[in-house]
Amino acid sequence: MLTKTSFKGKLTKTEDLFIPFIVAGDPTPELTIEFALRLQEAGADVLELGIPYSDPLADGPTIQRAAKRALKNEMSLTKAIELVPEMRQAGLEIPVVIFTYYNPVLQLGYDRFFELLDENGAEGVLIPDLPFEESEEIRKLASERDVEFISLVAPNSDKRIKQIAEHANGFLYCVSTLGVTGERNEMSADVLTFIKKVKEHSSVPVAVGFGISTNEHVNLVREHADGVIIGSKIIRLIEDEIEAFKDGEEADALERFNKSVRELVK
Amino acid sequence: MLQVFPDVKGRFGDFGGKYVPETLMGPLQELEEELNKAMDDPDFLQEYHDVLKEYAGRPTSLSFADKMTEHLGGAKIYLKREDLNHTGAHKMNNAIGQALLAKRMGKKRILAETGAGQHGVAAATVAAKFGLECQVFMGEEDIRRQELNVFRMKLLGAKVTPVSSGNGTLKDATNEAIRYWVANCEDHFYLIGSVVGPHPYPKMVRDFQRVIGDESKQQFLEVEAELPDRIYACVGGGSNAMGMFYPFLEDASELIGVEAAGKGIETSEHAATLTKGNPGVIHGSLTYLMQDKNGQITEPYSISAGLDYPGIGPEHAHLFQTKRVRYESITDKEALDALKLLTEQEGIIPAIESAHALAQAFKEAVEMSSDQTILINLSGRGDKDMATLMQHFQEEE
Repeated sequence: MLTKTSFKGKLTKTEDLFIPFIVAGDPTPELTIEFALRLQEAGADVLELGIPYSDPLADGPTIQRAAKRALKNEMSLTKAIELVPEMRQAGLEIPVVIFTYYNPVLQLGYDRFFELLDENGAEGVLIPDLPFEESEEIRKLASERDVEFISLVAPNSDKRIKQIAEHANGFLYCVSTLGVTGERNEMSADVLTFIKKVKEHSSVPVAVGFGISTNEHVNLVREHADGVIIGSKIIRLIEDEIEAFKDGEEADALERFNKSVRELVK
Repeated sequence: MLQVFPDVKGRFGDFGGKYVPETLMGPLQELEEELNKAMDDPDFLQEYHDVLKEYAGRPTSLSFADKMTEHLGGAKIYLKREDLNHTGAHKMNNAIGQALLAKRMGKKRILAETGAGQHGVAAATVAAKFGLECQVFMGEEDIRRQELNVFRMKLLGAKVTPVSSGNGTLKDATNEAIRYWVANCEDHFYLIGSVVGPHPYPKMVRDFQRVIGDESKQQFLEVEAELPDRIYACVGGGSNAMGMFYPFLEDASELIGVEAAGKGIETSEHAATLTKGNPGVIHGSLTYLMQDKNGQITEPYSISAGLDYPGIGPEHAHLFQTKRVRYESITDKEALDALKLLTEQEGIIPAIESAHALAQAFKEAVEMSSDQTILINLSGRGDKDMATLMQHFQEEE
């Protein structure tokens, strides 16, 4: 029985979730807002808003490139969170999860971080380099402030799966394979066994990410998990349009992006 | 009595821990369990010490630098000669320990990151010796600066993977090695070259390097009948310093770690992490690091490819905070001057890394009295730095 998910009441579904990831400030803050809206139109249920980081240990080359572009625009954790109300004003209704490495949060301080989330209306947090053992304090603070702290499990989490799943909030992020983020050609059959095992212990929707890059992958995951998370492939679709933005063909580019995303999740 | 560090969470006071993607938590736990078993196993320790003796050439000498002492006219100067290790630096001690552990764990492949190339060479060497495959990640800029070491690694049968992100130096090579490890953790052993990274690496590397301090203590007592007044070691990640300092932590000797001030700590081009940085997370560990106000890690600089790392081992951060070790910084120029002086006086060409410790020690020795003693850890020899030195001294002429 899935009971714990709410994202402050913004997420009412607990299955067939589409959770895209984009990097704040890639290629510009203004376009990040546009992409968020097009993703919502294409059926996104939760938006993962990535904070660009200089040393992203869990990311492959595609997201590293996006982070580099965004850092050139001087994007920061604070500025990214402050984009959320602009997105809301422009029509974004789905919950937003701030996806950030730990160090920027540490520099900001937990108090200021949660204050910012609250002031700007972001509903979730995901910190890929803050494993269960190091996250007790922030999980407690998140729960007090009604912010969903998203946990990750990996195929080699073994005995940790139960512990992590039992403490999960929002949705549980299943890392589909060992390795960093990035598109992959095939999804291993072991993923399905892994998803099943995770679902046995989870009281929140189980969403699968890492390597999901085709409509075939999406539908395979859909059959077995409660949600699909797509990052690098979405970033690649953005990259495909960067030249068009430079040439001032913004409307066409966003239209093509929206169409490609629809094709991906149809 | 000092507390025992690290604690069960892998912390040295406020520092250390495991800040890594979930995928690495399993492998780190496995490593921790196997390490604890190995360090409790007399056969493993015997094998480690046998290899150090028969293959690496330990114990390394303690040399009294008589001409240098006379030249400066202050404290008596002793050098711990880690440059006499097989492959020319202290890195060998740790590489042997971790390679034996990898073998014990049944891993056939090791991966490593390297800055100056000394750790890469040590890793490639032990891989050849113990029949392991070896892949070394190295920044493109370091590949350029350390051409000779790249060739040595290849000759030893290792694969050298160039890393182009960032400045193409040690920080970037480490990121890429960790990313590769995330994808290949099932059959690869990650052989980290310094007292950095997530728990249990800082502890493991320290424990494989403490042989430097253990030997020094014994040797010093033999010649001077008491411990040195001051002990100096250079600090990038900080493994030679940690290995030297650790056995002395409860003694009265003053311990001094020397960071790279590059072109000066008043400029942005330095690698003086403790002097100028502040606490944050880098490469899986909470420690001091160089970063901007948004928590983005900044690029360090030093003429020495072994010291330009923006972080530092978490145990050093703890020793800095508790003031058990004093940390100073030395510029490129001061280090090169000290290098030249030692070479002329003693016929020993040190690595540029080690020259940072020498420079600080020489500065202080002149103000000390002739009945006082200092010990400097000469972490490695300067052969690998010849191209850099030639360029520098030719420009000066």
